[in-house]
Amino acid sequence: MSNLAIRSISKKIITGLAGLFLITFLVVHLGVNLTMLVPDGGETFREAAEFMRTNPVIKIVEPVLFAAFIIHIIIGIVLKIQNWMARPNRYSVSNKAYTYWMSKYMFHTGIVVLIFLIIHLINFYFIRLGLLEPSNVMSDEHDFYNQAIMLFRDPLYSVIYLVAFVFLAVHLNHAFQSFFQTIGANHSKYTPVIKVIGTIYSLVISIGFAIIPIYFLFFYE
Amino acid sequence: MKIKLKIWRQENATAKGKFVKYQLDDVSPDSSFLEMLDELNQDLIQKDDDPVVFDHDCREGICGTCGLYINGRAHGPQKGSATCQLHMRSFKDGDTITVEPWRAKAFPVIKDLMVDRSAFDRIMVSGGYISINAGSAPEANNMPVRKENADMAFDAATCIGCGACVAACPNASAMLFVGAKISHLALLPQGQPEAEERVLEMVNQMDLEGFGNCSNNYSCEAECPKEISVGNIARMNAQFFGAKLKSGKK
Ligand code: HEM
Ligand code: FES
Repeated sequence: MSNLAIRSISKKIITGLAGLFLITFLVVHLGVNLTMLVPDGGETFREAAEFMRTNPVIKIVEPVLFAAFIIHIIIGIVLKIQNWMARPNRYSVSNKAYTYWMSKYMFHTGIVVLIFLIIHLINFYFIRLGLLEPSNVMSDEHDFYNQAIMLFRDPLYSVIYLVAFVFLAVHLNHAFQSFFQTIGANHSKYTPVIKVIGTIYSLVISIGFAIIPIYFLFFYE
Repeated sequence: MKIKLKIWRQENATAKGKFVKYQLDDVSPDSSFLEMLDELNQDLIQKDDDPVVFDHDCREGICGTCGLYINGRAHGPQKGSATCQLHMRSFKDGDTITVEPWRAKAFPVIKDLMVDRSAFDRIMVSGGYISINAGSAPEANNMPVRKENADMAFDAATCIGCGACVAACPNASAMLFVGAKISHLALLPQGQPEAEERVLEMVNQMDLEGFGNCSNNYSCEAECPKEISVGNIARMNAQFFGAKLKSGKK
């Protein structure tokens, strides 16, 4: 290992900072998605989406977001491979210590989120980029309102969507407080508060996203 | 009490190990876990068998030499104590006890339950000291130290380097050990001049030894016989980050 190799703690901090960026991204994305619930035939949602598409700040942030995803995923996988290699012979009795079980499954929950992310890109983002043809419910390549409703009316798609957000909730619940520990913030008073905020954040995000398919599946005429 | 044992036997670092079953019929609940193993070894020696090799020295929880992974727990079921402080009364009559060595790439098995922890020594050599000759104890009030820092430094310094953190960690990470060793110097004035090189060098060596990366799972803290806090890992992370930012400066 040369001096150029990225040290363990650097990798963790980079993963964490990229993750923090993703955490803020999710809030913005949820905000836009929730406008789908406004009962005006998708007018508010189209305006919000239009704003996201044309706003110069968002245009600059978009490649950063992609970079954050790629960096987070690649370094996350590298960390996991190194962690597997660090214990080539497994215990016959698995560890019974009190532990944060969620932290053991960051890779697994991450992979599920990644698979969902790919499905999501195919159904929405790649169409916008012009890589894929708009589906026949879409009036143009920006009409994601009708596209989303068509997908959410499909119980199979909605179930996949909901399952993905359960995994994301588990990922985020550990991730939020883990980020603070990684950058060196551990405090007898604030750390318990951060953990509570992380749990609330992960629930708000996952329940927030989940409301939308549930609405369109069961309550939409 | 009657005890069934499933003990990991391995001839040397490269041999393939396996579990061997033993039975002891008359174990006193007041004997320590290591005394129980001594009795087993006595039996084995009398039968001309190879005794089970395991590490131990002080047998009073201060040297950090002992370390067995017992029924899925580093140092066994008793919280905040080393293997040598564990007594058979922590088990029930008729129990089967599985005993494994610390398992980590950086801790190769020497024989049976004894592992080579010299990786820890190399991490210490890379920076876990202060270079000045500290001489005899100085006048207590010459160098003021914040009481809270003194307490935290002391808590970090109680690390006996047994390796339970590595053994318990799902990633075989040594970050609690290294975090404690960095913290107990970083919190005191004597540790300041070399603080930046120290954290960079020790983390570098830790990575070279092949330990895993911390995932903030915290089983290390749960299993540490000295109950050292993962706050020390956070302190190491912050110090490392700070030192990295400054290390490019000329
Ligand atoms: C929007 C989605 C995501 C968000 C908001 C997110 C956020 C985070 C955060 C904040 C952390 C904590 C980092 C730290 O401890 O400093 C983390 C850890 C992790 N993430 Fe994600 N993540 C997301 C998606 C993914 C994906 C798609 C993967 C794919 C493999 C992934 C893999 C990991 C792994 C392996 C870790 C643990 C790293 C470690 O060992 O500490 N994440 N994530
Ligand atoms: S033998 Fe010294 S700590 Fe257990």
